[in-house]
Amino acid sequence: MWKFLHQLASPPHFYRIAPKFVPWLAVPGLLLVAYGTYAGLFLAPIDYQQKDAFRIIYIHVPSAYLSMMTYMIMAVSAAVGLIWRIKLSHAVAAAAAPLGAWFTFLALATGSIWGRPMWGTWWEWGDPRLTSELIMLFVYFGYMALRAAIDDTTKADKASAVLALVGAVNVPIIHYSVVWWSSLHQGATVAKGAMDTDMLVPLLINIAGFTLVFGALLLRRVRTEVLFRERRTRWVKDLVLSAEGRG
Amino acid sequence: MDKISMGGYGVYVWSCFALAVVVLVICDWRARLRQRRVYRDIEVRIKALGDHE
Repeated sequence: MWKFLHQLASPPHFYRIAPKFVPWLAVPGLLLVAYGTYAGLFLAPIDYQQKDAFRIIYIHVPSAYLSMMTYMIMAVSAAVGLIWRIKLSHAVAAAAAPLGAWFTFLALATGSIWGRPMWGTWWEWGDPRLTSELIMLFVYFGYMALRAAIDDTTKADKASAVLALVGAVNVPIIHYSVVWWSSLHQGATVAKGAMDTDMLVPLLINIAGFTLVFGALLLRRVRTEVLFRERRTRWVKDLVLSAEGRG
Repeated sequence: MDKISMGGYGVYVWSCFALAVVVLVICDWRARLRQRRVYRDIEVRIKALGDHE
């Protein structure tokens, strides 16, 4: 196990093996998303209060979950990179940030679209869940801007890792905001088991599908990040020259 | 037709699903674009070094 992890942390080894995992994540992920979406739109019964508008959760919940999970991946990778100085960890953090920002945007946009018919407003500034999720989007932007502003990769890794760790405080705030404060946003539904099985199963399928698709996208982005960081090394030169030779 | 209008909520529901497709396509497209750019930059750099030598 340790030998496998040690090998995986080696940039050339990771670059070689990552593409083998991508189809195993992307294909089942897309199939699950396709079926979960179909079941959520056409098979799940209508909610007695929200009517058909509740079907937005089949996009909103997976994207909101991924926005937080991606942040945790980013923060843990940043911490591992800072403590053990594993180069691949910083590459993972850097590659995860844009994906996290996109899923946070999707969670905010779909939440806002759902809020219009349900709450009568697109946005409510006083709501802690909405505001803390928006802060997370700004933290993602700040992380990416900080990385882009520093040319030296090592310095950029360290500075952005500190920001990622500080910003991790926001994750439990988002999660527990509906418990700690009065919020328009509904409380935990899935964890409490308050959903009907016919509604819950498509949601769980979509969460699993989105996670697998995210995994495939992250692997591809990390691979590119590794290539960029190692662009001056011998193995990258050999890789490009051998590819040209074959072409 | 009823499945499309969804009792007046169709525009909200369908726009969310369309937005999700757009976001996933953009994520995939940007990942491919960056991969191509990084690879091409390395090729150009190696070629320039080769010419210089």
